[in-house]
Amino acid sequence: MIPELGHFALIIALSIAIVQGTLPLLGVWLDRPGWIGVAVPAARAQVLFLAISFICLTYAFLVDDFSVAYVASNSNTAQPLMYKISAVWGAHEGSLLLWVLMLGIWGLAITLFSRSVPEVFTARVLAIIGLVGVGFLLFTLGTSNPFDRLFPAPMQGRELNPLLQDPGLAIHPPMLYLGYVGLVVPFAFAIAALLEGRLDSAWVRWTRPWTNVAWMFLTFGIALGSWWAYYELGWGGWWFWDPVENASFMPWLVATALIHSLAVTEKRGTFRSWTVLLSIFAFSLSLLGTFLVRSGVLVSVHAFATDPARGMYILIFLCVVIGASLILFALRAGSVSASAKFEWVSKDTLLLLNNILLTVAAASVLIGTLYPLFLDALGLGKISVGPPYFDTVFVPLMLPLLFLIGLGPLARWKKDRLPRLAAVSRFTLPAAVVLASIALGLLGNLSDIMVWLGLFMAFWIVATALWGVGHQMRGKGARGLSFGFSGMTIAHMGMAVFVVGVTLVSAYDIERDVRMAPGDSIDVRDYRFQFEGVAPHQGANYRATRGTMHVYRDGERVTTLYPEKRYYASQQNPMTEAAIDAGVTRDLYVALGEPVGSGAWALRVYHKPFVQWIWFGCLMMGLGGLTASFDRRYRLAHRVPATRHAGTAPDAAPGVPEGARG
Amino acid sequence: MNPKRKQRLALVGALVTLVAVAVGLMLMALNENINLFFSPSQVAAGEVPDNHVFRLGGLVENGSVKRRQDSLEVEFKVTDTAHNIPVVYTGILPDLFREGQGIIALGRLNGSGMFVADEVLAKHDENYMPPEVAEALKAVDTSPGSMPLSHPGQGT
Repeated sequence: MIPELGHFALIIALSIAIVQGTLPLLGVWLDRPGWIGVAVPAARAQVLFLAISFICLTYAFLVDDFSVAYVASNSNTAQPLMYKISAVWGAHEGSLLLWVLMLGIWGLAITLFSRSVPEVFTARVLAIIGLVGVGFLLFTLGTSNPFDRLFPAPMQGRELNPLLQDPGLAIHPPMLYLGYVGLVVPFAFAIAALLEGRLDSAWVRWTRPWTNVAWMFLTFGIALGSWWAYYELGWGGWWFWDPVENASFMPWLVATALIHSLAVTEKRGTFRSWTVLLSIFAFSLSLLGTFLVRSGVLVSVHAFATDPARGMYILIFLCVVIGASLILFALRAGSVSASAKFEWVSKDTLLLLNNILLTVAAASVLIGTLYPLFLDALGLGKISVGPPYFDTVFVPLMLPLLFLIGLGPLARWKKDRLPRLAAVSRFTLPAAVVLASIALGLLGNLSDIMVWLGLFMAFWIVATALWGVGHQMRGKGARGLSFGFSGMTIAHMGMAVFVVGVTLVSAYDIERDVRMAPGDSIDVRDYRFQFEGVAPHQGANYRATRGTMHVYRDGERVTTLYPEKRYYASQQNPMTEAAIDAGVTRDLYVALGEPVGSGAWALRVYHKPFVQWIWFGCLMMGLGGLTASFDRRYRLAHRVPATRHAGTAPDAAPGVPEGARG
Repeated sequence: MNPKRKQRLALVGALVTLVAVAVGLMLMALNENINLFFSPSQVAAGEVPDNHVFRLGGLVENGSVKRRQDSLEVEFKVTDTAHNIPVVYTGILPDLFREGQGIIALGRLNGSGMFVADEVLAKHDENYMPPEVAEALKAVDTSPGSMPLSHPGQGT
């Protein structure tokens, strides 16, 4: 009964979405205020029914209702409670339900937090979100209904893919989806503005905080996925340039460009059509990501669906959305663009460069991801594009971008002079050079030019950011720091932290794949790893072979690591569970390979310097985006009285010492 | 032409150049880093260019896995049921590596016809068969003797 209720609620949500997507637009066109007024209640009602539907599916998981096919294939009675819940979005059907629920939540958020936006504009935005919702709800109900029954119901379900039974993976999809789907908001704002034929600074102020928040979720989602891959896949990498990773990275790159181009449009009124185009691209790329992941054209742990009908539906939907948006853009962009002069040496130019570099980077990822698919589709052979391609293309694009992160915030809008820029960086530039050289001398070899460059960029970003903070506070104290400025600074410092992590772990990590018998030990950098052999171990819904590895440094025990090989009931193959001792300056990483006879095992013993900085940097970036969205001027735009001073910016304080620590 | 327009033209010119250079570098990188896929039958027919890194895919032949006792070196044969190619790999094999399982190995042929793998992949799904492998097997099944897969020439 409950699953039918969920199914029914989903159908009602679709009906409401159809109304939400059409009536307000017609109302604006035919000038019927009553029809326009439907948008807000419709958006709220839609999310209510989506939530009911989602709760019904969750309930089916909690009570082990294996008569629901989706529950039967992704859960069983022995599964821990947390993974019964995360199994709701653990496979294709449920993750689509999560997707539409997130879409509904973003719509609801707009009805709650955009009260000052004119009613007609809000109605258009909600209608566009409603239309996207119609597309996805039709897809869910038509090809991937999570409430389909199974007759006769099995006594026991299969199991959630053991790889996904992990706390990181339980929250990775909701985060990533909030980000993916959140890009619908700038998209809907852009389309609404095109429909209205009006792109003023008010529009930009409405859309900026939304873009920041969506970007934050996308950042967290990608970082969580990378973190999970690091400790769960068992071979210690943090990014593989896997097509599915790329599918989430492309919208991130474009959304990052969008955040910066929005800044120009707000402050200077320029880049308007470009900003609109980026909004369209960012959302189109998240749809493309959905297509790549859900269609089965990519084979990976994420690709659940191999039904060609599903891929075809999303492909057509993708073409309709992108096609319609671009046609609208072509028709209307001319009437909204504005020109303002800016000099060669100005913040405007630097942000233009930022946008070029980020979009070229996104394009290079797109080419590397789609090229094999095109060749395959044309019958020209099967190829794969490996990480070397992405590394070759990315490093030259990112180095100038990193330098610009330092320089950009120092430059003045519209017109600046090179001598002034040189003067403001007369301390920061030498400081970065000296600090990078000292750090490299301590950590590695001064002849490692690429490592030096990476460290230099990190110190340069931190030094200029600190200079900027000092400049803002001059004469005004902490009141000089707006939320917008603080958020930018935190995010930029997060990038510096991230760069330190990436640079050091790629240059100085030690990966030893070794054969060890009980009692054997090996030395990796300053640590001695002593293997004590393996013993059986019983987990909640798996049994495991657990190894014991003592780690010593200078004769003192640092820690004991217990890497496991887990055998889940439903799977024939073992799962590697790495054991990690995480630290600020290094991770110690041990994973069991396979038994190689007479009690000996093949083992991965890794020393990963500064690897945690990668994810800590992402955390800072996301929080920076969030901080910036609290800026006073967005709240003023929402006509909410500013109850406290935007200048206090307590969030800025922790970011500074963290970033400067390197 | 007024100076403003000239400046704008220069900007556009600079952009176009930058994008062209970027695309050029990208294509070069792409050309150097694509890995072609070959089936054991294609390798046996001598289609692989000399000293070329490529991906070899097929099933791990039953009873062919031999592990050295003193190191992590392992030898096995990859087959598409028509031909088999000996593979040598040093390191830890993926969890899903088993005899009879479809795998893809990345590496190159040495002088004696042995495939030296740098990487062995088996995806994390017990029902999973790499699509290239499935196709190569099907090709052998349906039309023995014919070339199972096309490929775009010699690569780099």
